[in-house]
Amino acid sequence: MISMSETLRVGMQALGRNKMRAALTALGIIIGVAAVICMVAIGEGAQQRVRTQIEGAGTNVLMIMSGSSVGGGMRGGMGSQPTLTWEDLRAIQTEMPNVRAASPQARTMTQVVSDSTTWTTTVYGVTPEFFPIRNWNIVRGSSLTASDQAGAAKNLLIGQTVAEKLFGANSDPVGQIIRIRNAPYTVVGVLDKKGQAGMGQDQDDAVFVPISAYQSRVQGGLSKFIPGMIYVSAVSSDRIDDAKREIENLLRTRHRLDIEQENDFSVISMSEMTGTLTSAMGTMTALLSSIALVSLIVGGIGVMNIMLVSVTERTREIGIRMAVGAQPGDILAQFLVEALVLAIIGGIIGVLLGWGVAALVAKSFGWTTVIRTDIVLLALAVSGLVGVIFGIYPARKASLLDPIDALRYE
Amino acid sequence: MALIELQQVSRIYRSGDTEFAALDQVDLQIDHGEFIAVTGSSGSGKSTLMNIIGCLDRPTSGVFKLNGREAINLSRVELAQLRNKTIGFVFQSFNLLARTAAVDNVELPLIYAKIPAAERHKRAAEALDRVGLGHRRDHLPSQLSGGQQQRVAIARAIVSRPPLILADEPTGNLDTTTSFEIMKLLTELCRDQGITVVLVTHEQDIADFAKRQLVLRDGKIIRDERKSEKAT
Repeated sequence: MISMSETLRVGMQALGRNKMRAALTALGIIIGVAAVICMVAIGEGAQQRVRTQIEGAGTNVLMIMSGSSVGGGMRGGMGSQPTLTWEDLRAIQTEMPNVRAASPQARTMTQVVSDSTTWTTTVYGVTPEFFPIRNWNIVRGSSLTASDQAGAAKNLLIGQTVAEKLFGANSDPVGQIIRIRNAPYTVVGVLDKKGQAGMGQDQDDAVFVPISAYQSRVQGGLSKFIPGMIYVSAVSSDRIDDAKREIENLLRTRHRLDIEQENDFSVISMSEMTGTLTSAMGTMTALLSSIALVSLIVGGIGVMNIMLVSVTERTREIGIRMAVGAQPGDILAQFLVEALVLAIIGGIIGVLLGWGVAALVAKSFGWTTVIRTDIVLLALAVSGLVGVIFGIYPARKASLLDPIDALRYE
Repeated sequence: MALIELQQVSRIYRSGDTEFAALDQVDLQIDHGEFIAVTGSSGSGKSTLMNIIGCLDRPTSGVFKLNGREAINLSRVELAQLRNKTIGFVFQSFNLLARTAAVDNVELPLIYAKIPAAERHKRAAEALDRVGLGHRRDHLPSQLSGGQQQRVAIARAIVSRPPLILADEPTGNLDTTTSFEIMKLLTELCRDQGITVVLVTHEQDIADFAKRQLVLRDGKIIRDERKSEKAT
């Protein structure tokens, strides 16, 4: 048998004799691979966006929500019945070795008013610890302070969207006055841009006031219960499970729950939320990719179809090659190489095309797309495999031809 | 030692219960350097004889030696190797690869003989020069006349320097003038290079170029005559 490189050369030359047919055959593979690459890129991109957004909130963050209300046979959702007290918060802040910081968070939708315009946004009541917990920086001015909290000061921080809506894109809102429910607040700082949350809501469309001021002037009134939830940061992300367990034990003790009673609160880590969301999106990606994979297999069948036609059409060529000394193995290798070259070239073009389409989608829809090297290699390997699997039958058929019949074939 | 030796060679085709002997116990010996024409009506067995000598087919019984080598029980791979080294084929319909330059067609046997590319190009060019087509080496078969295509086929047949050329109706698709040119070329190759030429034809004026003529009928050789060397 002749060498591999010689077979490759012979096969390429044979393909070159019918470029149009070769191109059309490869097209099936090209579209299949491009579809796989593009689908996976979009799916991966969506997962990555969710992951970075949730992790942007802090990988060491826990959320504590108060329990559900039970009344008239109906169970309300989490947080519908306040069970977390200010005493609970203080205990979490001071008694837990794995907790770095904790902040309450209450919120309501309301209208905010500047000198010139109004805007409806979410007003949050928080303590100064909230911003380091959420890993959220101040880009202008300064943060809320402990004395703001102690004195229920009418100071606030605003998100980028609110700054833009109330004061215009390039102005400096620090020192400006915003009225909420007729009380004037001074803007002391502007928060960094945070972008969309995992569910799509704009996190920058928000203003933050001390929770003391929130209780007395915005909503709730003073009470022993926190009118919202608690954000907690663990000392590090690998201690998050310890922190969660500590908090659960603490709150069960403080709320005097018996062993058989359910928690009247829940502690959720960001990584748990990430896991749920990304696995849902992973299922979606797998579904889309498997549809794309079907088109790759259809492309492979196209290769087989053309190779079979090609064997019949080139029977005489096969006879000539055999007459001048080609062994059956040489013929087998040549046809296999032709199928393989078509599949691999189709695969490479398909990867580039898929990449291009993914980039176009990213640009025009503002989606995140991720090209994963392992998926690219996998797509190339699969298209090569498709070439071999669908090429071997026609190649074998060619190699088994009888040279006498083949030479006489019209 | 004879180049081709057949003893009691039969080739029997079976279809259902009936048997048909395309070759019936043929004895034949062809020496190096002979120019021999095989004639006979269609169905006489001359194609079957060509296929057996050409190592494309295997006899049902008998002894067949090519270039001293027993060639009855060879595998398909061994037959391919034997064809490659020993035989150059020339066909009635030229059988060149379409859309492939003359020089690449001529190189074909050398690819399967595993000759390196540089050597291949050199020898293919030489073979094309030898058949008078050195100036047409990059032409495609479709750009060549019938006579030129058959010359390319002859170049392909001699490029691996085989001791034997098998020509199956080489002039069947050519006009008389071109036919005579092709026969002259084959005669020269036989005379100058000592290549044995076995020619199958049904045209007597073509067969007359050969020094020895075989006539087949019903799978048997019914005549085997040598022309005496004429002094010219």
